[in-house]
Amino acid sequence: MDKIWVLAEQHDGVPVGVVLELLTAARGFGNVIEVVTWGPSSVSAVTALGQYGAAKVYDVGDIGESLPGPKVAAAMAARISGGDGPDAILIGATHDGRDIAARLSVRLDLPVLTNVVGFDASEGGLTTEHTIFGGSMVLRAVFTGGAPGIFVIRTKSFAAEPVEAAEPPSPEVVAIDVPETGASDAARVVARHEEERSGPKLDEAAVVVSGGRGLGSPDNYALITELAQLLNGAPGASRAIVDAGWVPYAFQVGQTGKTVKPMVYIACGISGATQHMVGMKAAKNIIAINKDQEAPIFAIADLGVVGDVTKVIPRLIEAIKVRR
Amino acid sequence: MNVAVCVKQIPDTADPPALDPRDHTLVREGKLIMDDSDSYGVEMGLQLVEAGGGGEVSLVSMAPNGETTGLRNALAIGAARAILVSDPVLSGSDALGTAKVLAAAMRRLEPDLVLAGTESTDGYTGTTPVQVAELLGWPSVSFAKHIEISDGLLRVQRQTEAGYDEVTCPLPAVVTVTAGVVEPRYPSFKGIMAAKSKPVEEVTVAELGLDPSEVGSAGARQQVISVEAVEARKAGEIVVDQGDAHERVISFLQQLKIL
Ligand SMILES: Cc1cc2nc3c(=O)[nH]c(=O)nc-3n(C[C@H](O)[C@H](O)[C@H](O)COP(=O)(O)OP(=O)(O)OC[C@H]3O[C@@H](n4cnc5c(N)ncnc54)[C@H](O)[C@@H]3O)c2cc1C
Repeated sequence: MDKIWVLAEQHDGVPVGVVLELLTAARGFGNVIEVVTWGPSSVSAVTALGQYGAAKVYDVGDIGESLPGPKVAAAMAARISGGDGPDAILIGATHDGRDIAARLSVRLDLPVLTNVVGFDASEGGLTTEHTIFGGSMVLRAVFTGGAPGIFVIRTKSFAAEPVEAAEPPSPEVVAIDVPETGASDAARVVARHEEERSGPKLDEAAVVVSGGRGLGSPDNYALITELAQLLNGAPGASRAIVDAGWVPYAFQVGQTGKTVKPMVYIACGISGATQHMVGMKAAKNIIAINKDQEAPIFAIADLGVVGDVTKVIPRLIEAIKVRR
Repeated sequence: MNVAVCVKQIPDTADPPALDPRDHTLVREGKLIMDDSDSYGVEMGLQLVEAGGGGEVSLVSMAPNGETTGLRNALAIGAARAILVSDPVLSGSDALGTAKVLAAAMRRLEPDLVLAGTESTDGYTGTTPVQVAELLGWPSVSFAKHIEISDGLLRVQRQTEAGYDEVTCPLPAVVTVTAGVVEPRYPSFKGIMAAKSKPVEEVTVAELGLDPSEVGSAGARQQVISVEAVEARKAGEIVVDQGDAHERVISFLQQLKIL
């Protein structure tokens, strides 16, 4: 493939993790890699994007309080109609990424291919791998609709590696205009809230300790937090207890939450629904604690403890404290 | 205020999913149920209409063979009517093709608000509702975990990867709701009986004014090469806790140099 675009979502000038993963992947099959970014601090991200292989940065600039979907998609579509288009557009499966992909697909009248976890360019064209059925099967496909193909890639599908060069490319920055978006851009962000978290980030931690409905009550989530802290890890959760309001959504692991790949994942009182497992089954090691010996989570656990989480975890916490 | 809710009818999630070996599309035969992810949109729609003091909730669904079984429950809990788009040419539609059909149905209904799930349980591409918004030229707010409406303005708490944003948005608009946004109600006996006589309008692609080449497998532009099972992780050691299982966890963490 000649030219690849990667959507470079960044916050406060720091590209989100999946952007660096996609730049790394794009280097495997693209000759020229360019990115599209936006936001008030977009220029601060340029160096980091260059270190991962971006040769050119298209900058939509500050979009104010708009949600990114309408403006960023319109700017990309205009550039593509102007004849500067790539052969493929890689977009990370974040909330904003999915909105942009959806609106871009309509503007270009091209399909979006989602849940991509792998690329294969060895036979000329670009073959994509998609997880289906909650990650239990993988489908291989080629896009037949002409350029550009729009691909939405699941996070943590590739490892991020910077370019091996003494002098990484310092990308050219090109400002791009946003055409009139009309009513489609009428939504406004009036306030932003970030969940307070201490310790490592959930999708970067070497140890993740997650709790599910088997904890029995919201108060027992304190056991998860304490165990995670003792192991220098991050606490996570199944969707069941996020929906129940025990912990915020930012803790959720799984298909609609975060994908994690820690050294150890400890699932406590989690049954192992496919939608949960797709977000954690790439962990190097999995420990599961569940009182039901038949729980599906045991089928993928390296160490399974059949027992009551409200008894096993307090003893585990005590034993770790004693060792200190 | 009138709300339209996109409702997907899918194979029962209790049955293992299957692909048609000829064209690798999802098999949608047998009994269909309403996707659980859509029950939150239906409930949210009912609550917004109730709070707004007027209007009604309509359902819009695209499904093969005039299928309506997955709509009955939503009609039984209070939706007033449904538009069902059913047409053999729709077989093999991708997200964009589906969005074109849903958007055409919305043009017919002219709702103030379109609600949908963030993603379906069976296909989970998660792009269709925002594609509908772009086709209609409307704003959208995805991943809503809380919605209020006052003076024609939506106030939405939108989940982000780090927390949530408060977003305002004028109507008409498309909003996708997460599970947990509301607790779907159960149908009453009276509601189930009443649902039987609620109008379900069945329309074809031609009746919506769409060109068949834009939808169905003709519009999908993706050629499937193979479908394979992912190599499963193997189960490891199992210990049954007799008051000492935590010691095995400790030694496991020690081997990994975590402790
Ligand atoms: C479209 C879609 C997307 C989804 N996305 C996600 C997602 O991103 N992440 C996610 O997690 N889920 C997701 N789900 C939901 C998923 O299907 C499951 O419902 C959810 O993961 C179940 O959470 P759980 O394991 O905590 O609860 P349950 O399935 O209720 O399991 C609780 C477990 O705890 C065990 N238990 C009970 N008491 C004890 C005790 N005292 N000690 C030890 N064990 C005990 C039980 O044996 C059981 O196995 C999604 C579903 C859909 C349809």
